[in-house]
Amino acid sequence: MKVTLQNLTKIYPSRNKKQPKEVVAVSNFNFEIADGQLIGLLGPSGCGKSTTLNLLSGLQKPTSGKIFFGDDDVTDLPAENRGVGLVFQNYALYPHLTVKQNITFPLENLKGKDKLSKEKMAEMALEAARLVQIDELMDRKPAELSGGQQQRVAIARALVKNPRILLLDEPLSNLDARLRLQTREEIRRIQRSTGITTIFVTHDQEEAMSISDLIVVMKEGVVHQIGKPQEVYDEPANLFVAKFLGTPPINVFNAAVKEGKLFIGEEAVLNVGNIAEGEVVAAIRPEGFVVDKNGVFTCDLERVEVMGRDISVVATHKESQNEVIRAIVGSENLASVNGATVRFSLKRNKVYVFKKENGERLF
Amino acid sequence: MKNNNLKAWLYLLPAVLFLGFFLVYPLIDVLIYSFEEGYNYASQTYFGVGSYNFSYVLHDPYFLQALKNTFILVIITVPVSTALSMLISVALSSIQKLRNLFQTVYFLPYVTNTLAVGLVFMILFKQTPYSDGLVNTVLSWFGISAIDFISGPYWAKMLVLCIYTVWVVMPFKILILTGSLASVDEIYYNAAKVDGTSKWRIFRKITLPMISPTVFYLIITGFIGAFKAYSDAVALFGTDLNAAEMNTIVGYIYDMLYGTSGGYPSYASAAAIILFVIVLTITCINLLVSKKHVHY
Repeated sequence: MKVTLQNLTKIYPSRNKKQPKEVVAVSNFNFEIADGQLIGLLGPSGCGKSTTLNLLSGLQKPTSGKIFFGDDDVTDLPAENRGVGLVFQNYALYPHLTVKQNITFPLENLKGKDKLSKEKMAEMALEAARLVQIDELMDRKPAELSGGQQQRVAIARALVKNPRILLLDEPLSNLDARLRLQTREEIRRIQRSTGITTIFVTHDQEEAMSISDLIVVMKEGVVHQIGKPQEVYDEPANLFVAKFLGTPPINVFNAAVKEGKLFIGEEAVLNVGNIAEGEVVAAIRPEGFVVDKNGVFTCDLERVEVMGRDISVVATHKESQNEVIRAIVGSENLASVNGATVRFSLKRNKVYVFKKENGERLF
Repeated sequence: MKNNNLKAWLYLLPAVLFLGFFLVYPLIDVLIYSFEEGYNYASQTYFGVGSYNFSYVLHDPYFLQALKNTFILVIITVPVSTALSMLISVALSSIQKLRNLFQTVYFLPYVTNTLAVGLVFMILFKQTPYSDGLVNTVLSWFGISAIDFISGPYWAKMLVLCIYTVWVVMPFKILILTGSLASVDEIYYNAAKVDGTSKWRIFRKITLPMISPTVFYLIITGFIGAFKAYSDAVALFGTDLNAAEMNTIVGYIYDMLYGTSGGYPSYASAAAIILFVIVLTITCINLLVSKKHVHY
């Protein structure tokens, strides 16, 4: 099912009469999601991603704008009639019902000509349970399941009625680190095998990048960039996106452009060609540094952290906006990094230049 | 381990002492009285030991009347008051405006004195030489002739007593139920909504099971409270309840002890033990049933 958002806007009115300040949770969101894609809505907390999900599910009404599922305008359709599957952050499994009853619940709601026989319902429930591999837990209560199992039950419950779209709210946030890795692959697998257009919300950029077809980076209700994960990572539209994606985070410097050269401190580190001169913000990915005795960029060495395959060179620089600079380089450099300073040359495609005032990308 | 036990008992001591002194000892005493025939307070003497007291009480037409009244009261008021409270609580939970006002209004009877409420019911129901009472006035609009609710036919008196009891016990139930309804996490309702569940089904399949512990608590305490009814009848029909055919078991016990025909602690004790057994049995049945239907 293709999903289209047209100028979608959600404004929460002010609750405090003395300070009438409304909150724009989602601002003018335009997006067309092709059928069968897995979309990650990504952003820090309060960026409007959960509101967007609620608007899609119908639990909240947009202030303005439209939502289409395929060619149907569902903007005014209540949640009950939208046919979406929603997996809540804390799963919202009915605690008094068994796994089987939980999964069957949406099917029992069907009325009239859609009404199913008991056998058909049991069959569909079992099928959904098999898909998420919980068919052996059908008679347990949610309280008797682990977090990961509950998560699967919630997904099965959302999938059993063959929803038009599947929505997942922070699907991995309640799981421990190992389970998170496993579950995100699981979500990818389930999404692939069902082919249902899926939209999930996360604040974890790694999670979003690893499984999404497209990621949508949001901040304060505004969509900053939409694109394939690698493209968004490689070509961030602005400073916020550059900072938000990537672990360890990108290194940000106060810099200047003079005569087509990028200056950090007194050193000209890169030819950036014909862009407006003046003060700018430069950002360098940790993997954009190359340890080089004759390098153009000098930093004060703080320490070296060994990670096995790579080493992390931790340094400082007076123009750095971060407390420390992190450079990820191959472990073969371990011997050559010592002393008070370390010199780097930079990979051209890992250096970005942004406008100082609004973070807009210049280079 | 031994040391620990000693400490535990030490901590428990105040409660154990109080309970023992004011609850266990009197209970045993009452049990003893109920088997002592013709016990006399003043002389502290009795004729003999046996089950005559029970036999007397169970053959006393006044007791049988009280038993019948109490059972009718319990069977009618507990379900009616619980269902009505549920209805009002759900309505209260689903309105936004004036919710606090309504909550206060519904809670008012709880803080009102029983006898004062009795007075209100008098105005509503009592026939005087000057007026037929408010209810009769309303009934007359529909062409129904005046009924004497306070000293008239049995069913009319019982009706008033039931309405009165329901009215008095509802505020507490509404309070507890609205609290319980508010504690059900919104997220379950959202989940059900997304799954296309109708309002009625959400109530039956989600709300009700989730508040079932509270509902059963109210039913059990409702049963116990209704079995112990007394002051309500007094407020409506005065202290001579036997004459009004409106006595309750507790009323009978009181009459046997202190009433005009009183002075029979043995009979009173026997009646009290019978009441105790009835309440215990009903409560046990309630608990057994609730184990099947309460989900936590």
